Amino acid sequence: MRFGVVVFPGSNCDHDCHYVLESVLEQDVDYVWHGSTDVSRYDCLVLPGGFAYGDYLRTGAVARFSPVMSAVEKFAESGRMVIGICNGFQILMEAGLLPGAIMRNVGLKFICRFVDVRVETINTPWTSAAHQGQVLRIPIAHNEGNYQVPADVLEEMKRKGQIVFRYCSPEGSVLPDFNPNGATENIAGICNAQGNVLGMMPHPERASEAEIGSSDGMVIWQSLLAHCGV
Amino acid sequence: MASARVYITLKEGILDPQGKTVLRALKSLGYDEVEDLRVGKYMELKLSGDDKAKLEERLGEMSEQLLANPIIENYRMEVEV
Repeated sequence: MRFGVVVFPGSNCDHDCHYVLESVLEQDVDYVWHGSTDVSRYDCLVLPGGFAYGDYLRTGAVARFSPVMSAVEKFAESGRMVIGICNGFQILMEAGLLPGAIMRNVGLKFICRFVDVRVETINTPWTSAAHQGQVLRIPIAHNEGNYQVPADVLEEMKRKGQIVFRYCSPEGSVLPDFNPNGATENIAGICNAQGNVLGMMPHPERASEAEIGSSDGMVIWQSLLAHCGV
Repeated sequence: MASARVYITLKEGILDPQGKTVLRALKSLGYDEVEDLRVGKYMELKLSGDDKAKLEERLGEMSEQLLANPIIENYRMEVEV
């Protein structure tokens, strides 16, 4: 399977993603500079975390107009796999590839720590290797993770099974106390209606080896590889 | 040369953590009359052209496309030719 890790000016999790895909999953990986317009050789594109274009104006607001993003949009529309992690998730929302918007954390603090998230659906290409309700321990690192979405859109997303991860207690209870950033209904990750585009605030690439604290992020990569027949 | 101002405000119902913090700070300074406060963005632009209607139309497009995020923000503009 061939991955492209998109690099924007200000991306800072691109090397982590590249490392996990190449060295842990043993897949082919290229960096894709944001000025590229041809992504046809890839099976999956990763929009990594960071601060693309300094997050000026709003997170992802400028990055979504990078030349590569028109290609990413066509790539996603053709049904191929796209994952946006943290800042990458924010860019996908600004680009309209995922519903909703992100606001500053309710506590106004940058939060960098492990959280627990519950797998809300296993009927996506990204979670098929999980079991329903499985709790994954994956770190977050963001100042803007407060997910907001209009009520009618949220209802539609729920009907279509687009809520993929919710912040929860270590036992898997979704409660306000375990919501780190004020996100609507503890939402930590969502997908589009087709399921081929995933956006999440936690960093699975930082939880892909037990030696560094958790390998729970592997569930996402393994689901993806299985979906793509690897 | 025309000048324009764009005011971007959070939609009603969208929680404003920054505004809440500033509100609390004002109250702690003794400004008890402040009942609510929301933080927005203000932008000043210089534009070429003198067709006010056309400039307003263009600025509306800019606001929709980039300056504001219609999911969480409203915008208002003033154009002076």
